[in-house]
Amino acid sequence: MDRALIRRALGDKVQFIQGDDACAYGALLAGCNFFAGYPITPATEVAEQMSILLPLVGGCYIQMEDEIASMGALVGASWTGAKTMTSTSGPGFSLMQENLGYAIMTETPCVVVNVQRSGPSTGQPTMGAYGDMMQARWGTHGDHEIIMLCPASVQESLDMTIVAFNLSEQFRTPVLLFIDGELGHMRERLVIPDDDEVEIVNRPMFNGQGKYLPFATDASLVPTFAPFGSGHRTYVTGLTHNEQGLPRSSSAEIHDKLIRRLADKINNHRDQIIRYEEFYADDCDIAIITYGITARTCRDVVEQARSKGIKVGMLRLITIWPFPDDLVARWAERVQAILVPEMNLGQMIHPIREAVAGRCKVAPLFRIGGEIHTPVEILTALEELQCQLC
Amino acid sequence: MSTLLKPKTAAELRDLYVRQEMMPTIFCDGCGLGNVLNYTLWALDELQVDLNQVVFVSGIGCSSRLSGYVNSDGMHTTHGRALSFASGIKAANPNLTVIVFTGDGDGAGIGGNHLLHTIRRNMDLTVILVNNFIYGMTGGQSAPTTPIGGISSTTPYGNVEYAMDICALAMALEAPYVARWTVNQPYPPIKSIAQGIAKRGFALIEMLVPCPTAYGGRNGLKGVERIWQWYRDNTVLLDDFEHIMEFGTHEEQEEIKHKIKVGVLQDSERECFDEQWAKLVERVKL
Amino acid sequence: MRQEIRICGFGGQGVITASVILGKAAAVYDNLIACQSQSYGPEARGGAARAEVIIDDKPIGCPGVHVADILIAMSLEAFTRYGRDVKPDGTIIIDPDLVATSDLPERAYPIPATRIAENLGNTVVANIVMLGAVTAITGVVSEEAIHASTVKSVPARFKELNERALAAGMAAGRELKGLGRG
Repeated sequence: MDRALIRRALGDKVQFIQGDDACAYGALLAGCNFFAGYPITPATEVAEQMSILLPLVGGCYIQMEDEIASMGALVGASWTGAKTMTSTSGPGFSLMQENLGYAIMTETPCVVVNVQRSGPSTGQPTMGAYGDMMQARWGTHGDHEIIMLCPASVQESLDMTIVAFNLSEQFRTPVLLFIDGELGHMRERLVIPDDDEVEIVNRPMFNGQGKYLPFATDASLVPTFAPFGSGHRTYVTGLTHNEQGLPRSSSAEIHDKLIRRLADKINNHRDQIIRYEEFYADDCDIAIITYGITARTCRDVVEQARSKGIKVGMLRLITIWPFPDDLVARWAERVQAILVPEMNLGQMIHPIREAVAGRCKVAPLFRIGGEIHTPVEILTALEELQCQLC
Repeated sequence: MSTLLKPKTAAELRDLYVRQEMMPTIFCDGCGLGNVLNYTLWALDELQVDLNQVVFVSGIGCSSRLSGYVNSDGMHTTHGRALSFASGIKAANPNLTVIVFTGDGDGAGIGGNHLLHTIRRNMDLTVILVNNFIYGMTGGQSAPTTPIGGISSTTPYGNVEYAMDICALAMALEAPYVARWTVNQPYPPIKSIAQGIAKRGFALIEMLVPCPTAYGGRNGLKGVERIWQWYRDNTVLLDDFEHIMEFGTHEEQEEIKHKIKVGVLQDSERECFDEQWAKLVERVKL
Repeated sequence: MRQEIRICGFGGQGVITASVILGKAAAVYDNLIACQSQSYGPEARGGAARAEVIIDDKPIGCPGVHVADILIAMSLEAFTRYGRDVKPDGTIIIDPDLVATSDLPERAYPIPATRIAENLGNTVVANIVMLGAVTAITGVVSEEAIHASTVKSVPARFKELNERALAAGMAAGRELKGLGRG
């Protein structure tokens, strides 16, 4: 798409906008030209913004009848070569699981934004939460890996949406971008990056040499792409398939090879996928491991606690899946305790505990109900933890 | 059909249009799905469509296996969702000809809501919905099209639900092209499928197809011959139906009144989604 | 320095719009850091509206406002609910025609924003009058920034009305400030 058109569609370089809108802006900058979705609080603004922006740049926006259809349309569009995105919240994300699995199985690039709200079921539509972290990992059936990013600010919502598109293209797999109702509706200053600051990755294309095998790979483990209509007559199926794409659902060997490759193409490239931020990593007794909007409050509290003599460090996970277990294990070697504040009743604490493997104490600080942690409650938890260690 | 082109033989069609690696098909003896595939290929040949620009999309079920047998781009998707995928393909690249194979369970049961909204949106798709009154692939469970009283593996004492008239639904939603045929007659469906593909907008061709394995035997139609005969006995051409209802005797009317009407049931013009969207983009694009 | 501003009233007064204009003034035109949020949910159902803006010269961590530095209350219900969640030396600005209560602390600035807006010809700009007043009283954003942000945020055909509302609010704010209220 025409970069100059995209810039004109987005308007002023510095704006004061919501996290939801920033996701839409990031999508456009990443080259998204197709959006299919279904309205749902608190993610509706992403769809609304895409419905405004896409026609301005000649893209396509389509409101589907539900989130099942949205995810299907995304996959179909992606196979024509489009860069695609949808947005939703918990109830819709639940409906997307079936075709999300299809996208994983068929190695279809697409970006799924989940502006999380409290569940289960209809829960608290207008309140933020981080209750879908494990659903993201294991929501669709069968063995699989997933890539998921959790921004913590409006600016990062834009930046990480671009990263989400790039990872999705590079590894030909769906990428999840998770924010929450609070961040989705929060307004902050957004600086639209210049074109030379935006890296754009496109899926590896078939070079036309020899016969096209749509699911054969080189050492990257990522197959090359030829869009529908390019004359290669590709057959795509959610059944276990061979390198030609043809169903071989009764073969244990082919299934084993395919599913392990789909996992390995993500796991073998963890260093390219995993993003995080560290504070006082080499000078702390206690660590906070955090992600999403909660990380912002934690960042304030780290300074407050250190001024009170508590030596606290902080690890903020930006990539949630694949889970950076080596990184967490290294932190566990250095500290005596890890505090895990989460806006749920304990989800990321499980992989954290697994990575820590008993090397240090892991303390939960869970909050649900839709409000973010207060600085006081995190500070108090740190003080209590400090006392227990003395 | 065009009189200029000499219709190809089944063998010629196979060489031109069939994905050889997928042969043989999974279909049972007496199944009508092979005929539907043949009719579709004849229609493509009649239109001289560039197969490189055709995408066959399907869901899950026996009929949804058809997409794999055509040597074009194809997408065998999830159960009931074929129309969502097809809509994404068509909306993102309106130059492609998108043809959907689906079944009664896939297209009207689990995928019923997608059917409804894809017609409402008037996506430019040709949907060949193969109705065999049953869930065949999984061994004969009741479908939304199973006749009331019909026996299936999940209605062992008889079905207590009413069957759905899929074409009536499509007509109510103002689909530009709606036709219903049985596999017994080859020429009308070939012509109809070609008309559907040529039609700008949503085209539904419902093909009534016998399933001797999962439906016939349980419902007093054991044997391929008997079930195929049932379709001859229980359908009536729309033109004949209308003629008899107007001019026929009372006895003639009584005889046909409960038969299934086949023919082109609706043929009209309506701007399709991609035309509407292109106009919108033309209007607002920077 | 971190300044937490809470604006509250009832639906239709433009409370959320005011908070967005204030945040934009700080973040886009004063080159400060700002974070704006609003509350929906059950409490909005009774017609109550609440929005919060945090303005700082360094990155904002916690995006929540608990005890405000500045409270702007445009309804009695809003004042009753949030009047106590203000720092002891914090600024309270109310519309005296809408917040008639004996609980009002001495230091509260009464800005009859709705009446001023009515005199300008349209009560819809009462929120902009309040923005003028808060700018004049607290200096939390510059007058140039609030002006630029307001003009950018309102429909072009209402530009002049909003500019007059802003000026009137600033004048009312300056007058009270001059009287040594607060």
